[in-house]
Amino acid sequence: MNKPIGHLFLVSMLMFGVLLGATSYWTVVKADELNNDKPSLNRRALVRSLKIRRGTIRAANGTVIARSVKGRGDLYRRTYPLGSLFGHPIGYSFAGVDQSGFEASQNAALMGDRNALETTFDQLLGRDPDGDDIVTTLDPAAQRLALEGLARAGGQGGAAVALDPRTGAVKVMASYPSFDPNSVRDAGTYARLSTDEQRRPLVNRAVQFGYAPGSTFKVVTGSAGIDSGTIEPTDTLNGDSGQVFSGPPLANDFGEDFGQIDLQTAMAKSVNTAFAGLGVKIGKPTMQKYMTRFGFGKKPELDYPRDAMSASVIRPSPPGVPVPATSRFVDLGRVSIGQGGLEATPLQMALVAAAVGNGGELMRPHLTDRVVDRDGRTVDRVKAKRQETVMSSSSAAIVRDLMVAVVERGTGTKAQIPGVSVAGKTGTAETEQSDTINNVWFIGFAPADNPRVAVAVTVQGVVGFGGDFAAPIAQTLMQELLKTS
Amino acid sequence: MPAALLLVFGFAAVFVARGDLVGGLSGTNTVSTASLTLGAAFLGLCIGAHLVLRVTLKDADPYLFPLVAVLACFGLVELYRIDAALARQQAEWFVIGLALFALTIIVVRDIRRLEQYRYLIVSAGLIALLLPRVPGIGAQTNGAYLAIQVGSVRMQPAEFAKIAMVIFLASYLRDTRQLLVTAGRRIAGVTIPPLKHFGPMLVIWGASMVLLFFIRDIGSSLMFFGAFLAMLYVATSRFSFVVVGSSLFAFGAWVVGTQVGHIQDRVAAWRDPFDPALYDAVGGSQQLAQGLFAQADGGFFGRGFGQAVLDISALVEKNCASTIECSMLPAPHTDMIYAVIVNETGLLGAAGLLCIYLLIVQRGFKIAMLARDSFSKLLAAGLTSVFALQVFVIVGGVSKAIPLTGVTLPFVSYGGSSVLANFVLVALLLLVSDRARRLAV
Repeated sequence: MNKPIGHLFLVSMLMFGVLLGATSYWTVVKADELNNDKPSLNRRALVRSLKIRRGTIRAANGTVIARSVKGRGDLYRRTYPLGSLFGHPIGYSFAGVDQSGFEASQNAALMGDRNALETTFDQLLGRDPDGDDIVTTLDPAAQRLALEGLARAGGQGGAAVALDPRTGAVKVMASYPSFDPNSVRDAGTYARLSTDEQRRPLVNRAVQFGYAPGSTFKVVTGSAGIDSGTIEPTDTLNGDSGQVFSGPPLANDFGEDFGQIDLQTAMAKSVNTAFAGLGVKIGKPTMQKYMTRFGFGKKPELDYPRDAMSASVIRPSPPGVPVPATSRFVDLGRVSIGQGGLEATPLQMALVAAAVGNGGELMRPHLTDRVVDRDGRTVDRVKAKRQETVMSSSSAAIVRDLMVAVVERGTGTKAQIPGVSVAGKTGTAETEQSDTINNVWFIGFAPADNPRVAVAVTVQGVVGFGGDFAAPIAQTLMQELLKTS
Repeated sequence: MPAALLLVFGFAAVFVARGDLVGGLSGTNTVSTASLTLGAAFLGLCIGAHLVLRVTLKDADPYLFPLVAVLACFGLVELYRIDAALARQQAEWFVIGLALFALTIIVVRDIRRLEQYRYLIVSAGLIALLLPRVPGIGAQTNGAYLAIQVGSVRMQPAEFAKIAMVIFLASYLRDTRQLLVTAGRRIAGVTIPPLKHFGPMLVIWGASMVLLFFIRDIGSSLMFFGAFLAMLYVATSRFSFVVVGSSLFAFGAWVVGTQVGHIQDRVAAWRDPFDPALYDAVGGSQQLAQGLFAQADGGFFGRGFGQAVLDISALVEKNCASTIECSMLPAPHTDMIYAVIVNETGLLGAAGLLCIYLLIVQRGFKIAMLARDSFSKLLAAGLTSVFALQVFVIVGGVSKAIPLTGVTLPFVSYGGSSVLANFVLVALLLLVSDRARRLAV
């Protein structure tokens, strides 16, 4: 009887071999797939990430914008003490919901992702894994003024961006309507907010939506004209209404004929036909060159999720898709005054103002000021970095003087700050809804000769002009930021 | 040999000591005295029992009990990690189990005495099996009738019935094995035993089918019938019987399986555990899928003791009395303990655990080979087979080699019945071993 018993043992070994094989299959062969490809069913990575103290996000002055507190089951959860103030730029990070904004783009640093050696070292020392803190460049007081101003303007939505033209540090990134990131923790609230097609509160209008920049784009056209040598500051332009460039005849506001005017008057009075003529004279290839230098046509180099930012483009209809300025679909005259399918984000227009203000040097925008580890050491500091030289400093000085004229005696007088010279440009773009409902703009910088702040403000769907609705918001923002910087 | 023993106990000690580490990881970083005391007491108990065993059954296999002790320690550590209260209860069951172990050795003394009570034993076993269907005391778990509940004590009678069945079959096959082989007629090269003798076997087959139908547990019936076939093979050395028997079982399982919805669900869940519809279904594939996730999470080296993600009370936002109530892995302490072990110790730990089981199986078959009389041989081979099959059914179920059914992982899963029954099983093996080696000397 011993032979069959021996066979039974062989069968047993075979069976245990099957068990080991099956276990190997799941632990080794299929491990990656099971660990990573089924997050809705397998929430282990999620729970594990909640055991790590996610780094605190602070404003430039140290105010806490986002912090993690230990809750049930020793798991951390995110709170936003300032509520809706920084809902858009910072976003949210909740288990089971999602991440957005700065929280998403800086996830690795906030979770303290280090190399394997440091991780092993931490484990040996018995230290809890810990995320790094981030100090941002954001300014809470100015951000509050921006949101209040946008809300008071009473439009369907709006956005404001303010940055330091010398460094690219983003001080304000406001989008209206705003939302409270704390409320997003609740899946029901999140679903309601994300499906609100009327107000779209989760959309960051500062970077995600492009709007016709209207006359603010004349700063780009003017820069291209002067820096390329197409026009001398002393030259005059034809400011008569009803000129034909391409497409239907172009009218000035109220159909006003200005005759032959100098460049400064054309800018100050925002004469459409004068700038359309200038644009046509510059030509498509040169316009394209300067637009590219200002950052049009590609996504901003901001430390923010790329898929939550839009490139500022020309999207004429037809063909309804972004095309370069050199395309045969482009009505260059209209594009030169910020129409003709041109779409620009408020961030992009703020960068236009910043580039002019900074002597033609466009600095790369950033929200991160520095990354600080749990011991208070600065791990990483974001330095000012030039993104592009848009034009010569002498050209920039000429464009600056044009913009100073706008605020001193033109359409942007409501942006004046007592005792400070302000440069700016208004914009009013008609919407498809009606002739009287406009998207209005103001871009500018101050102090004009050595700017410390550049802004772009837009309000959508108001009856009126950029000088009346957007300029006052920009004025309060600049005034506030000049106090602190 | 004593060196080997020391090694084995060394392992046990390491695992007990690991209990402190678990205590440290789950809470503060200080060594908890409670877990130290628990570990020391258990280690003392194991060494004491082993010494007593070496004196009372001095010729018995010296490896078997230490191997069991290693398993028990491993199980206790994992249970402690899941829920300290569970580990404490399980330790109590181990103490009771050791008592029953000693009682079995003292009362049975000579293994051949069991033969006299074979009908009593098998009747008790069969009644025990059907108890879970009796209204009032029967309890249903995930559609299967496996447990009875009397007051606060929950018992799984199948654990004891498997031993009763093996004792009966060993005795019965001892009597009829010659007849089964010689009195049969050979038709087309296959020996067909006379119906008179084959009849009881058909009864066994019928019984396991009834079991399948009434208890609705394909795992237990596979365990029973597999052990039966193994013993039949040992008794007759005829592989044809195994083939015929397996076919009969497969046919029966197919018929019953297509009739009983609960078994159909299990098979569907087994085929595609990650299908969202099956995953969310009541009694669906959630448990299996989460078990597989846990194993994948463990990988080759494992996450380390205490590092498996189990408590998800923060995600479900409710208050939970224990980890088990809010576990990411349903039934982490019973059905899914293998998944927890793989999660924390990895493929390496799993291989180690399976090695220990295989060593026990090897000792069991070795005892059967050394045994002098047919009954002892059949009994030892049967007990070992049923033990090996039980490991195969649950580990195979958790690792998706076969459809998942809830039997316990011997000496590791939480459960009083399992601990008690398996201690009886080991006691019987040791009795066979002691007698065989004593006669051999």
